[in-house]
Amino acid sequence: MELIWDGIREAFRLIFTGDAEVYEITLLSLTVSGAATAIALVIGLSIASVLAFRAPPGRTLALSFLNSGMALPPVVVGLVVAVMLWRTGPLGQLHLLYTPAAIVAAQAVIATPVVTALSVVALQTLHPKLRLQVLALGASRWQAAWLLFREARLPLIAAAMAGFGAAISEVGASIMVGGNIKGSTRTLTTATVLEVSRGNLESAMALAFILLALVYAVMLVLTITQQRRRAS
Amino acid sequence: MTLPKLGVRSVLVERGGRPILAVEELDVQAGEVLAVVGPNGAGKSTLIHVLALLERPSGGEVLFDGRPLRGSLLPYRRRMAVVFQEPLLLDATVESNVGSGLVLRGVPRDERERRVRHWLKRFGIEDLSGRSARTLSGGEAQRASLARALVLEPEVLLLDEPFAALDEPTRRALIDDLDRVLGETDTAAVFVTHDRSEALRLGDRVAVIIGGRIRQVGPPTQVFSAPADEEVAAFLGVETIVPGYVRSIEGGLAVIDVSGRRVEAAAAAEVDGEVLVCLRPEDVVVSPAEDHPGPTSARNRLPAVVRRVVNIGPLARVDLDAGFPLVALITKQSLEELSLDAGSRVAASFKATAVHLIARHSRLHEPSA
Repeated sequence: MELIWDGIREAFRLIFTGDAEVYEITLLSLTVSGAATAIALVIGLSIASVLAFRAPPGRTLALSFLNSGMALPPVVVGLVVAVMLWRTGPLGQLHLLYTPAAIVAAQAVIATPVVTALSVVALQTLHPKLRLQVLALGASRWQAAWLLFREARLPLIAAAMAGFGAAISEVGASIMVGGNIKGSTRTLTTATVLEVSRGNLESAMALAFILLALVYAVMLVLTITQQRRRAS
Repeated sequence: MTLPKLGVRSVLVERGGRPILAVEELDVQAGEVLAVVGPNGAGKSTLIHVLALLERPSGGEVLFDGRPLRGSLLPYRRRMAVVFQEPLLLDATVESNVGSGLVLRGVPRDERERRVRHWLKRFGIEDLSGRSARTLSGGEAQRASLARALVLEPEVLLLDEPFAALDEPTRRALIDDLDRVLGETDTAAVFVTHDRSEALRLGDRVAVIIGGRIRQVGPPTQVFSAPADEEVAAFLGVETIVPGYVRSIEGGLAVIDVSGRRVEAAAAAEVDGEVLVCLRPEDVVVSPAEDHPGPTSARNRLPAVVRRVVNIGPLARVDLDAGFPLVALITKQSLEELSLDAGSRVAASFKATAVHLIARHSRLHEPSA
């Protein structure tokens, strides 16, 4: 019990004394997972639009793969991305291994099936003829996509939250492709794992609380956006 | 003659390899309302989708201003507006829904607000402008949908059964409003419906579509009084369709043998030709059998036996046997006065001008080549 209180106290101390390293780690976690979620959204919404509106043959099969992808083990993703980025691997020329970009890539791979699968369902809740009506109103393809995404914003923002949740909470892939390098690729999750392995449970608890606070802050912003009644 | 605003040529739409729409030629002129009437599943909505450039036909082409479409379809779509059976409003206020097409076209805010206000008022929903579209009744939502289309001042307005889901009083009020609005603009309108009375009410011309094909096009009175074939006649509410044989032409009237009874028709016919004799139920008058025919213009008066009487609202439908099956519509009052019942003997009269003849394509009589 005392450990928890010490952890919380340490967390507040780190936050309010402006510990540079903790701020750096937190900021990296936020930007890396944010970027991964953004990539997942772009890819996911594109695929979801095709699957939901065009109803191509093999849609159910594709959806079953995407749904399985929601349970993709981060360790497996980390391994595959690491192999791809390995010096002698197919993308080795990019020299991305052990950089934040590698973590973004791995987390995007983890978040994309989540965002895609949930976006397909979100778009399928729209009236099947709404897309035709929007086009008939004189919308270009992009305008139509924007109007339809806006119409499905509640479940789509939920999809984004789930994607961000999957990205920021994983640790296996980040360690494998990022290497947990201090000042470069250390994120809140990888730092926590490190502190635990060193036996610094108090610091680990502090990092864990900061991670939870960060997740809550992001989800709060998204939830407010989601639930705000249409103003115009 | 001016070029048609919108038209199709040899359009073919297939689903699963089966043709569901095959239209050789159909045009609508500026300022004209073309009512396309047909039963459910006749291909009406598909026709609207093709005209609205929302579905590419597998064959044929769409003409705008008499010319084939060139380049991107978006500029063409922006000169049209479509109203579907479901209002399909966005999750926003009525005002922003009605203005949505103008926003997509980049119309400046001042002008947008002015035009939106005008059309909200025009359809009597200005009080609802700030309301969420989700809270509207069916009639209010369809008004908003019509305003959203007409605020665009489209050159072509396509209406896909816009009143089908509305209750009767709402429907009637909305048809009146639309009729007035269309009368004031130069918009070419295609109005698709399964309801014959709506087609008669709104159409400057009527096209009958059955089984994916346009069977007949013409002024409403002509289409309704002279259906081109048996299926068109049956769909348009001609209840009596019986085969006959043209005996002679006497004094401009065709004398036809229908199951041994003599029927005179003021319609073009060839002697010795086989025809289908068509009669609308409202044109058949039922009177007591022993009654002496007073001064009446009805050329045809046949003894008949009542087979069945069916009440349909303020009217009654009387199935008669006049040597051939004959259907009459009479008022509740006449039903009581005549005290009609199955088995009653009556006289059925109708004017020679009420009879419409469809020439039978009897290949047996054609000389072989």
